[in-house]
Amino acid sequence: MTARLPFSKEVANLLWAAERSPVTACIQCGTCSATCPAVEFMDHSPREIIAMIRAELRDKVLASNAFWYCASCYQCTVRCPQRIDITDMMYALKRYSIWRNQYQKGLIGPGFSKLFVTSIIKRGKAFEPGLAPSYVSKYGLRGLLAESCTALRLFLKGRLPVIPARVKRIKQFRRLLGRIIPVGGLA
Amino acid sequence: MKAYAYFPGCSLERMARSYHISTLETARALGLELKELEDWNCCGATAYFHIDELLACALSARNLAIAEKDNLDLVAPCSGCYKNMYFANIHLREDADLAEHINAALEEDSLHFSGTINVRHLIEVFVNDVGIQEIKKKVTRPLTGLRIAPYYGCQLVRPRKDHQDVEQPQFFEELLSALGAAPIRCITKLRCCGASLIVTNRKAALAMVHTLLQDAVDHRAEVIATVCPLCQINLECYQNQANREFGTKLSVPVLYFTQLMGLALGIPPKRLGFGREIVSIPRTLLHGEKKEVAAHAR
Repeated sequence: MTARLPFSKEVANLLWAAERSPVTACIQCGTCSATCPAVEFMDHSPREIIAMIRAELRDKVLASNAFWYCASCYQCTVRCPQRIDITDMMYALKRYSIWRNQYQKGLIGPGFSKLFVTSIIKRGKAFEPGLAPSYVSKYGLRGLLAESCTALRLFLKGRLPVIPARVKRIKQFRRLLGRIIPVGGLA
Repeated sequence: MKAYAYFPGCSLERMARSYHISTLETARALGLELKELEDWNCCGATAYFHIDELLACALSARNLAIAEKDNLDLVAPCSGCYKNMYFANIHLREDADLAEHINAALEEDSLHFSGTINVRHLIEVFVNDVGIQEIKKKVTRPLTGLRIAPYYGCQLVRPRKDHQDVEQPQFFEELLSALGAAPIRCITKLRCCGASLIVTNRKAALAMVHTLLQDAVDHRAEVIATVCPLCQINLECYQNQANREFGTKLSVPVLYFTQLMGLALGIPPKRLGFGREIVSIPRTLLHGEKKEVAAHAR
């Protein structure tokens, strides 16, 4: 059996597309956490997540909600004095946790992302109402009512899509994506 | 007449229809030709990067390759589409192995990526290619004294593209000043609107939306101007829910910057997609008589 890579190395490998420094360059200054607009909702701040990766706390990182609260605003990325692409690291952690099917229960993010990806493979364009089942069921009655009101207002203003749009050369489009990874399982 | 390949993106087909309409009208008034990209597909938004980077790259590459056929720069009015396609273009240009892999897939649709065009955001095309002075010359109905909060959001400026100023950009304020308006210096102009968290983490997103609205109201903004359909939808359509969450009664109209530009350029409001607002706009905005609006806002 081949030896498994340490978690910190796995994360470094996941960041292959990032142009900046790996997480090992982090000096724990906390600029990322101070600048993050969603940090108050995270159970561990971005700085803590980096420290946990370096301490090889794989399961603890995957159990965190932090990266699912990242809105991809890139404020941390442009302010990091060590030029670590922290937003890309958050994306990498999302991918890693979806691949391993290991994430905090009750989060909407993983299911929503999967549904979004499969719907684009199907039609080539986004259809917002089709994504609703992945989240409204988790909002509770009050949330569901609020969401229905918002949707109704949009509908009355002619802003709610009713008919899904589609790429014209959809067969070629699907074959194109199929050459990247076998998407049969997803689609 | 300078021509561009125009990538409206999924939101502009319906939810942000007024952005689409006002973009085309404003561009025409400024002498730009926007040719809609033939058979374009979704840019992948953020969700694709949660699943697979190569898939996300392939989605953008298809759009880039279609634009290359006409050798036109690709213009996106949505900050998310812009960021995705901008960086896919850079990564594919710099990484020959990646480009080879993606090109093998593009063959399925008889397309090829060579990296010959650039990806631009609509506001950046207006500011840099048309020029603020030129726009100022074409203003026939100045928005005199209108207090507009320019909201840049995130992905228009971040992560850094070329030598752009990511901390204190000023071009949006300069553009609004050229229209005769009075841009407000909100400290939250670059703070995130919550983006897709509005779906996946509602509580967090509403807090982020509320922070922005409160800042605009504190600065007595009459309108917030946006450059992205998702920012617009979060700030306008979820204003109600944010108010309920925080027990406030904030009410700020949120318009696309192209709608405000169009008004200043003398284009009739009905050709700029007005009438689809959820938070109603000051009636006087569409008919002049600015003074009353200002008095009312106090």
